[in-house]
Amino acid sequence: MTGAAAAGSPVDGFLATASIVLSLVLALWSLVSAVRNRPPDRWQLVGLGVLELALLALAVVALVALAGGERPGEPGAFFGYLVTLVCLPPLAAVLARMEPTRWGSGIVCAVCLVTPVVVVRLQQTWEVLGG
Amino acid sequence: MVDTAETAAPRRTTNRGPGRLLIAVYILFAIAATSRAALQIATKFDEAPVAYSLSAVAALIYIVAAAGLARAGHAGRRLALACCSVELVGVLAVGVLSLADKALFPDETVWSQFGSGYGYVPLVLPVLGLAWLWRTRDASR
Repeated sequence: MTGAAAAGSPVDGFLATASIVLSLVLALWSLVSAVRNRPPDRWQLVGLGVLELALLALAVVALVALAGGERPGEPGAFFGYLVTLVCLPPLAAVLARMEPTRWGSGIVCAVCLVTPVVVVRLQQTWEVLGG
Repeated sequence: MVDTAETAAPRRTTNRGPGRLLIAVYILFAIAATSRAALQIATKFDEAPVAYSLSAVAALIYIVAAAGLARAGHAGRRLALACCSVELVGVLAVGVLSLADKALFPDETVWSQFGSGYGYVPLVLPVLGLAWLWRTRDASR
């Protein structure tokens, strides 16, 4: 499995790491907001926007690699995770704006905890060969 | 909507506050379970028909539960109540069965091993759903 990773996965670089870190920071920030009984603030929405840009860039990198002839280990699952991934921050933003209470911050927190998991799953579906 | 009881300005509905967070988590699980089931059924249904059919059922339940909570009102609540109950029974039954008889579920489902693959959230979710319906029960009276 490490051999496959060494071949250079397009979803395993700086963008993926940055997305995971940003998402976790955002999760922590919104958790603090929720605990302090604060609705989603500007920074949460800005954070979701930046996260979405990072994920879109990640998707573009993956698509460029695909156009270049590289193939994920599990193509079906890979595309499923990729599509889901870029939909997550907008989902959080829409639901958070509908709920301008502490629970809106809770929604941002929940989605930002799920996002890193999806990024990791995305990496796994690229690397597993013949799985 | 035609329900006269609903016109009496419900104090609490299922689609506000904590309910909206619950709906968000249900949506996440609906997406996860639906895409997983669709992929499994489309690519390798013969390998584990029971497990993959169950994935599809679980996916449907998450979707309907989310819709029921979001719609609120009498019908929505009843729908959500039915879904959360089936979900709780399902996750417990499949959890026990998947441990007792591995041959029955050769591949993972959302509910295998009490949802351990999903951080046990599938086990907690129906309990939270039922608790939330109980907390907001006055709304529909």
